[in-house]
Amino acid sequence: MKRLLGAALVATMLTGTAHAAEVKIGFVTTLTTGGAVIGNDIKKGVDLAMEHIGGKMGDLDVNLIFADDGFKPEIGKQATDKLVKQDDVDFVAGYIWSHVLMASRKSVLDAGKFLITANAGPGPVAGKLCHKNFFSSSWQNDQTPMAMGEVLNQNGVKSLYIIAPNYAAGKGMVAGVKRTFKGEVMGTDMTAWPTQLDFSAELAKAKASGAEGLFVFYPGKAGGAFMKQYQQAGLKDSLPLYTTFTVDALSLPKFQAAEFTDVLGSQFTQQWDPTLDNPQNKRFVADFRAKYGSYPSFYAAQAYDSIFLIKSAVEGVNGDLTDMDGMRAAMEAETYPSVRGPYTYGNNHMPIQNFYLREVVTDADGNWTTKIVQTVYEAHQDTYASECSLN
Amino acid sequence: MDYTLLFVQTLNGLQLGLLLFLVASGLTLVFGILDFVNLAHGSIYMIGAFICASLTLWLGNFLWAVVIALPVTGALGFAVEKLVARRLYEKDHLDHVLGTFGLILVLETGAHLIWGPAGITVPLPAWLDGQVELFDGAVIPSYRLLIIATGLAVAGGLFWLVNYTRLGMLIRAGASNRTMVSALGIDIATLFALVFALGAMMAGLAGMLITPITTASLGMGGQIIITAFVVIIIGGIGSMKGAFIAALIVGIIQTMGRSFLDQGFEFFMSENAAETAAPAVSAMAIYILMAVVLAFRPQGLFPPKVR
Repeated sequence: MKRLLGAALVATMLTGTAHAAEVKIGFVTTLTTGGAVIGNDIKKGVDLAMEHIGGKMGDLDVNLIFADDGFKPEIGKQATDKLVKQDDVDFVAGYIWSHVLMASRKSVLDAGKFLITANAGPGPVAGKLCHKNFFSSSWQNDQTPMAMGEVLNQNGVKSLYIIAPNYAAGKGMVAGVKRTFKGEVMGTDMTAWPTQLDFSAELAKAKASGAEGLFVFYPGKAGGAFMKQYQQAGLKDSLPLYTTFTVDALSLPKFQAAEFTDVLGSQFTQQWDPTLDNPQNKRFVADFRAKYGSYPSFYAAQAYDSIFLIKSAVEGVNGDLTDMDGMRAAMEAETYPSVRGPYTYGNNHMPIQNFYLREVVTDADGNWTTKIVQTVYEAHQDTYASECSLN
Repeated sequence: MDYTLLFVQTLNGLQLGLLLFLVASGLTLVFGILDFVNLAHGSIYMIGAFICASLTLWLGNFLWAVVIALPVTGALGFAVEKLVARRLYEKDHLDHVLGTFGLILVLETGAHLIWGPAGITVPLPAWLDGQVELFDGAVIPSYRLLIIATGLAVAGGLFWLVNYTRLGMLIRAGASNRTMVSALGIDIATLFALVFALGAMMAGLAGMLITPITTASLGMGGQIIITAFVVIIIGGIGSMKGAFIAALIVGIIQTMGRSFLDQGFEFFMSENAAETAAPAVSAMAIYILMAVVLAFRPQGLFPPKVR
């Protein structure tokens, strides 16, 4: 009897180390506050990815833990610390907001774990603060506005007024567009973020400046507020609007319900569009629409990609999660099928990819969505890569 | 000096100030007469906005939605007073803060459960969605003129109520000396409930008015309540006149700061530094003003006669 008990005890202790048969991924996103609109879409993209991979990467089961950053750096850092220290995850992914990423990155990288950003890409993480364990499945913040600056040049816009929120990503967007735009910047207004939602003073200044175009960056609900006030100020003909990350698949249905026809025909730049013609993207968009009844946003597309990126790492080492160098090499090789089509990684582990000009149109079913007008950049690399000391 | 721009920005500041007045007036009444610190005032602002937004989408008409949502918000204020505030009057201000902070959490989560995190965008009728050209080059969205008109009308109505009606007389008396009013046989409990409901309606109205410009969203009460407290401290707690003037001052300072401070800074710093410093300083400006008022005239600019 004692022997049986002893054997049973040993058996339970052995099965207690079953952790080795699974890969743990911590996903930090915004699930509360108004920013949860984006977080919910990201969660949909991640859940769809999990469905498509059958909940497994190689032979390992995937244990996915979502954490909420409450749209605040301090809460995001706490959530990250919990994932790293208490849950002992193998990969930390997510991060919508640049300021949350900046606050949280050290917790992950100092613990020797991989950090995959599925959205935020502030300059420092691509340059001076680059790290061998840091990867991006999205872009570097400056790239998208740089593409927009190029579009403005091509459209012959000679003067520009800029309005953006006063935080890491806002400053990145402004820096990006100023880097490539060859005309004159008549004025720049940085507004209090995320509290300021009334842009009357800034719009009045923009109109008074006599600029030929207006460039703005307002992600989330601030974008909705801005578009409303832009429409109410009747500026569409005198001050055409050029945006990045302000109009997306999340805001378009709301604009359509509120009849903001001024948004139709507006243009913005992005590295992905639902109409991109590759098998992975077709499957992603079709299944997303079938499951959730709406078009995926680029946030969801990037989050979907991040799961496949991690999968390529795990399968690249045949499930041996202790082989960090092997996983890193697998990710650097960019062998997974991305919804944006094939791309490569730079030395700083930021994608070198195409950027497209997207325009808001109505699809065959009458829903407002986007299509690609032209390719602005091919295989574009961010400007911070040279500041990164990785090989 | 671009006078057209100056005029437009003054109107924008006036509009912001009047919206602040709507929120601050309820807060100052409740703080001044009931001696009750109501942090949840901002949450009622948010719930008023959501109720109006839902009604607009259901009825298809924004103005009717406001008309119906106002008494509903008043009723909500009445319920909050009966269920929460009434039990806390006897207690310390700190207990008021704790109690109403808990109420904020309840109302925010309740709103999240009922309306979801996405917020509601409200369409305006076509005649309000256009612009009005006041004079050469000064173009204002029609809706903002409506806000200014409504704000002034409500301010006028409140002025009439407080100074020329019996209810107003009771309110002023209650602000001066609550115990005496009660001793004179006035039903102080009903008076308090009415004042609370009135304050809630005005906060709700402010929320409803701002929704077509921004959106009805979670957390919208958080920022406005802080600014409203600054307004009532500057104006004098319990004073409608003080709330009105302080709200206009705060609205104009904030708007002028956003409009012209960066150009002012460019005289002695680089363009980049000016662009970064100006929004930060214009956000600080009202708190600096509050500190100055507290230092030199702690009872506020227009305090009610002492109890």
